[in-house]
Amino acid sequence: MEPILKVKNLTTRLVIEKHPYPVVEGISFDLYPGRTLALVGESGCGKTLTALSVMGILPMPPAEKPTGEVLYQGRNLLELREKELRKIRGGKISMIFQDPSTALNPVYTVGDQLGEVAQLHLHLEGEEGEHKAIEALREVGLPRPEDLLEVYPHQLSGGMKQRVMIAMALMCEPDVLIADEPTTALDVTIQAQVLDLIRALQKKKGTAVLLITHDMGVVAELADDVIVMYAAQGIEKGSVRQIFDHCAHPYTQGLFESRPGEQAVNQKLKTIKGQVPSVVHFPSGCRFHPRCRYVMDKCRHGVVPDFELEKKPQHISKCWLHDGSEESALKLEREQE
Amino acid sequence: MTASQPTEPLLAVKGLKKYFPVTAGLFRKHVGDIKAVNGVDFSIFPGEVHGLVGETGSGKSTTGRAAIRLIEPTAGDVRFMGQNLLTLTPEQLLNVRKHVQVVFQDPFASLNPRKMILDTIGEALVYHGIAKTRLEQIERVEVILNRVGLPGEAMFRFPHQFSGGQQQRICIGRAIALEPKLIILDEALSALDVSVQAQILNLLGELKDSLHLSYLFISHDLSIVRYLCDRVTVLYLGKVMESGPTEEIYRNPKHPYTQALLSAAPKRHPDEKRERMLLKGEIPSARNPPSGCPFRTRCPFAQPICSEPPPRKTAGEGHEYDCIL
Repeated sequence: MEPILKVKNLTTRLVIEKHPYPVVEGISFDLYPGRTLALVGESGCGKTLTALSVMGILPMPPAEKPTGEVLYQGRNLLELREKELRKIRGGKISMIFQDPSTALNPVYTVGDQLGEVAQLHLHLEGEEGEHKAIEALREVGLPRPEDLLEVYPHQLSGGMKQRVMIAMALMCEPDVLIADEPTTALDVTIQAQVLDLIRALQKKKGTAVLLITHDMGVVAELADDVIVMYAAQGIEKGSVRQIFDHCAHPYTQGLFESRPGEQAVNQKLKTIKGQVPSVVHFPSGCRFHPRCRYVMDKCRHGVVPDFELEKKPQHISKCWLHDGSEESALKLEREQE
Repeated sequence: MTASQPTEPLLAVKGLKKYFPVTAGLFRKHVGDIKAVNGVDFSIFPGEVHGLVGETGSGKSTTGRAAIRLIEPTAGDVRFMGQNLLTLTPEQLLNVRKHVQVVFQDPFASLNPRKMILDTIGEALVYHGIAKTRLEQIERVEVILNRVGLPGEAMFRFPHQFSGGQQQRICIGRAIALEPKLIILDEALSALDVSVQAQILNLLGELKDSLHLSYLFISHDLSIVRYLCDRVTVLYLGKVMESGPTEEIYRNPKHPYTQALLSAAPKRHPDEKRERMLLKGEIPSARNPPSGCPFRTRCPFAQPICSEPPPRKTAGEGHEYDCIL
């Protein structure tokens, strides 16, 4: 299968007090029709900024123009002019955001906002646009879509707003849907509804989904492939089963171990010591080394290469433990005891 | 841990109600009530962690606040350490307050940005006459900071100089400063990342054992509740649906709402097969809650009889639920 969107070596810098700092560094991935790729990480690891870079909606300044390539239908989106990009964004590649109450415009009705998308991307005016909007609302399972067109966002509940946003994003049948923490603001019962909806619509239309989340539960529900991000870099990459069954990077292991419920009740949770470094204080060498229980001398300096653990499906870990040397093997053995 | 507690409960809440009036028109005529908490019972025994779970709008935070009179309850009976909290005079209440502390969701919003940590934590020590001099205050605050895993120097800094996890440690430090009996943790872990969450969970466990604390743990995160709590009360639209020992509730939920809530939690592993009980629609408005069982409008097993108040049934030791089924 051919990927629909290819991201190669994407790097985005943020200028803080006249000094550029990388917030997304060397991220590469492919999105395939009908498959979901999850970007997982804690706050500030750069997962949302990766999505904004792909969409070309970074706040510039403080961000600098991203480098690398985002290839869609043979064209590099990073090089396109704004006018060209607008035809793709919202139509072919669309995005849903975490907080539906701030992502919808409060002074326009749901009908106006859906109608605008229909007009811009599908060139449907008036009644035709309205029909399309009603159809889109029905598809996301909202009751009485005809009446909803006249409603303002504040009159809807959180779950309904998120459905309206999904309707808007999927209206033009995009090739790629970027979902940035789509269920974080919702209750579990509503979260289950929305995840089911995304899954069903994806199956029906063969959309490629880039899912951004911090919640391993949502990853287990939706993802086919996973990239774990830490301090602006992708540190582990693999299929969802590889990540859940035998994750290799010490940070990924730490993330799984700190989930409550992995161990018996009243037993202490294993934690990752310390805290996520801020972008202006990234450590040298492996950025995780000050918090890593396996830390070795070679981790402290230089660039850590990607090590391939499995070929098919590809499983990559950015960690010296997997370089195959005797020192690393010993370290792994000792720690596992 | 178990239901057969020989001791008196530390906090016993019975029939707690909190209605917020809805007014309309020029003269603010009373036209209705938001029934945020509509008759809630639960007890916390010494050394116990009691979980209050429910969705947004189920009244879990309001229950926590009304139980210790941070907001005045409309009706009910609250006994804390044997005293009836609702009949205490303001002066008596201040003395009781020493024994109950609260930690809120957003640590930054609950710390005064212009106060040094020393004053934030040490204020209550001076107010309640535990520390008499500045030096004594500094000494005590240092001990508290070390307890919550921060260095003593932290006391001379301001809230914005700390990360979210450290700020939550400071809030917990402030809560334990007066050596309370009970701490109400109102979504205290919800704003934190998983790795930090685990650190704070461990800290809460350590403090509970070393200071003999009890917690009222208000949360929507079902996996944390299962990990931390001894007993759970499930709320829906201001009413108790089910309550009992945590493992019992998670293994053998009786009420359809509890079953739906637990089945809606995300899978732990991609290969896990789970029977999902998908609920239709959303939580109704607390202004006009359905008569009888409040869950009947979304319940897949609803029958005509559910519009009558549901009976309370017992499913095991201390495990109760309100449902006709």
